[in-house]
Amino acid sequence: MIRKFLAVLAMFVWADVALAQSGPLRLTITDGVIEPLPFALPTFQPEGAGAEQVAADLSQVIASDLIGTGLFRQIPSSAFISPYTGFSQPIAYADWRAINAQALITGAVAVSGGQVEVKFRLYDVFSGGELGDGLRFVGSVDGWRRMAHKVADTVYSRITGEGGYFDSRVVFVAETGPKDARQKRLAIMDYDGAGVQYLTDSGTLVIAPRFSPSGDRVLYTTFESGFPRINMIDVATVGRQQITTAAGEMAFSPRFSRDGNQVIYSLSSGGNTDIWRTDLLTGQHTRLTSAPSIETAPSFSPDGSQIVFESDRSGSPQLYIMSATGGEARRISFGDGRYGTPVWSPRGDLVAFTKQNAGRFHIGVMRTDGSEERLLTASFLDEGPTWSPNGRVLMFFRETQGAAGAPSLYSVDISGRNLRQVPTVTFASDPSWGPLQR
Amino acid sequence: MKTLTKAALIVLALSTAACTRPDRFGTGADATGAGAGFGADGSITDPTSPAYFNQTIGDRVLFQVDQSTLTPEAMSVLEGQARWLLDNAQYLAVIEGHADEQGTREYNLALGARRANAVREYLVSRGVPVTRLQTVSYGKERPLAICSDETCYSQNRRAVTVISLGGL
Repeated sequence: MIRKFLAVLAMFVWADVALAQSGPLRLTITDGVIEPLPFALPTFQPEGAGAEQVAADLSQVIASDLIGTGLFRQIPSSAFISPYTGFSQPIAYADWRAINAQALITGAVAVSGGQVEVKFRLYDVFSGGELGDGLRFVGSVDGWRRMAHKVADTVYSRITGEGGYFDSRVVFVAETGPKDARQKRLAIMDYDGAGVQYLTDSGTLVIAPRFSPSGDRVLYTTFESGFPRINMIDVATVGRQQITTAAGEMAFSPRFSRDGNQVIYSLSSGGNTDIWRTDLLTGQHTRLTSAPSIETAPSFSPDGSQIVFESDRSGSPQLYIMSATGGEARRISFGDGRYGTPVWSPRGDLVAFTKQNAGRFHIGVMRTDGSEERLLTASFLDEGPTWSPNGRVLMFFRETQGAAGAPSLYSVDISGRNLRQVPTVTFASDPSWGPLQR
Repeated sequence: MKTLTKAALIVLALSTAACTRPDRFGTGADATGAGAGFGADGSITDPTSPAYFNQTIGDRVLFQVDQSTLTPEAMSVLEGQARWLLDNAQYLAVIEGHADEQGTREYNLALGARRANAVREYLVSRGVPVTRLQTVSYGKERPLAICSDETCYSQNRRAVTVISLGGL
C-alpha cells in the first residue's frame, strides 16, 4: 500500500522525492512539480444554523490557497463516490483511492456569538490514516479568511515539510491615474489580494515600502516634504513618523534589520548616493559605503551579518555583498546586463534580483556567491522581487508597455513555474511580503 | 555677511514650502499655458519673466542613457539659465532630475539625483550662488512623455530647473 503510494507520488515530482521511512504523504518541492498532487476537499460541514456560508467560503479559500501553489489539484466534488457524511464519520478510504485523491481534507464549522470555530483533519488516503492530528481554530467571524489560510498552511506544511505562507500580508503601492500623473498610495492586503487597506492618501508620492520582520511596521520613501525622505508607519494604528536619517539631500530605499531596530538606506548628497545605517533606538548613524558611484537597494542576510546591494561602481549596476558593518564588498553578479534590487532569501541561500538585458527585464535568483543564476520571468518590465515567508515564492511587479502601460503584481515560484497575477483593484507595484501572522 | 547668509537661508526655507510640493514636477512650459504668453509666470516677451525662462531660455536639459554628463547643447541652455538667474536675483530654483523607465525605481532615483547635481554644479560654476539652488530627484516617477520607445525616453531623461520667487 505504502509502496504503491510512493510509486505514484514519484511520478509527480521531478526528482529527490523524500521517501520517508514511514511513508507518509509527502511532496518534496525541488525542481518543480510536473503534475499537481490531487486532493479532495468536501465542503466543510456546517454545524448548526448560520454556518453554511462561512463553511462554504472557508472551504473555497482553503482550496484556492492550495491550488494557487501549483503543487495541488482539487478533485471536483462531482467525482466523489461516497458523499461526505460528516466530520466525525469514518473515512471510506477505498472510495477516495478510487478517484485517486492522494489527500483528503475534511472539516466542520460552527458559528456562535460572533465567533467561528473551525475543525479540520488531513488524511493520507493511500496510507489509510491521518496525517498529523486534527486541529481546531477559534476566532472572530470577521477573521474567517485568516482561519482558512491557517488550515491551508497546515495542510501545505504537513505535505511538503516546508513552512506555509498563506496567512501573510503584503504591503504595496496602489496606483491610479494616467502614466504621466500617477497617484500612489501605500496599501496592505492579504497575500492573495483580499482585504485591501490603505495606509496613506494619494496626495503624496510614495514608493518602495518594506515590512518589518515582525510585520508590525512599514518603512517607505515619501515626497511629503517635496524631497525624498523615509517614513515609518505603524500598521495597527496607521500612525506615521519621519525617520531622522543622517544629513543629506535625499533619503530613500529603506529596509529593516532582522531585529527591526535598525534601518539601512540610501542617502544622496551632491549627486552621490551611498548606503547608511541608522539605529532606531540610539539614533546613531553609520556610513556603510563611501564611493563616488551609486550604492542603493540594500538587503540584510537572514543572520544580519552581511548586506547585498546594488552599485554601478564597475560602470553598470551590479550586485555586491559586504559586511553589515561596511567595508570591502565583493561583486557577485557577472552575467550579461544590469542587475538591481537584490533581496536575500529568508533561508539565506539565494539572492533574488531584477535583471535588465537586451531590452527585457527579468526576475531571477542566484546563489550568494553568484553561481547558478536562473532567470524566472521575462517581460517588458519586471521589477522588485520579494520573498514569501518560506522562501519558495517570489512576488514582483510587471509593468506593461506603452502610453497605457501600468503595473500589476505577480507571483512565481523559485523554479520559475506557476506564474500568476495577484488580483488587485487598482494598478499595483513595489510589493513587500510580510511574515506569517501569529 | 552673516545677516546675508541668514536671509538667504530663510528665503530657502520659504521657497521649499512654497514651490516644491510633490505635485509640482517639471511643469515648465506646460504650467504657463504653453505659449499663451500671459499667466502667473508673466509674458514670454518679458525677459525677466519665468515664462521667458521656461520657454525662451529653456528650463530643461536632456541626457544620454545612464549618463549625467552634460552635452554641449545642455551646457548652452545652462549658460542662459545661469545668466538669467544672475540677472533676476529674486528667483530661486529647484533642479529636478528625472530618468526614463528603463531602470529600477531606486537606481533611477539615484541617477536623477546625479543629473540634478550636474546641472547645479554647472550653474554654480557660472556664478549662481549655491544657496539659491536645490536639487531633487523623481527617478522614473514623473515621465513627461509616456510612450515606450526612445522618442519618449529621450525627453524623460531630463533635469528641469523650476524657478520660483524667493519672497524677497
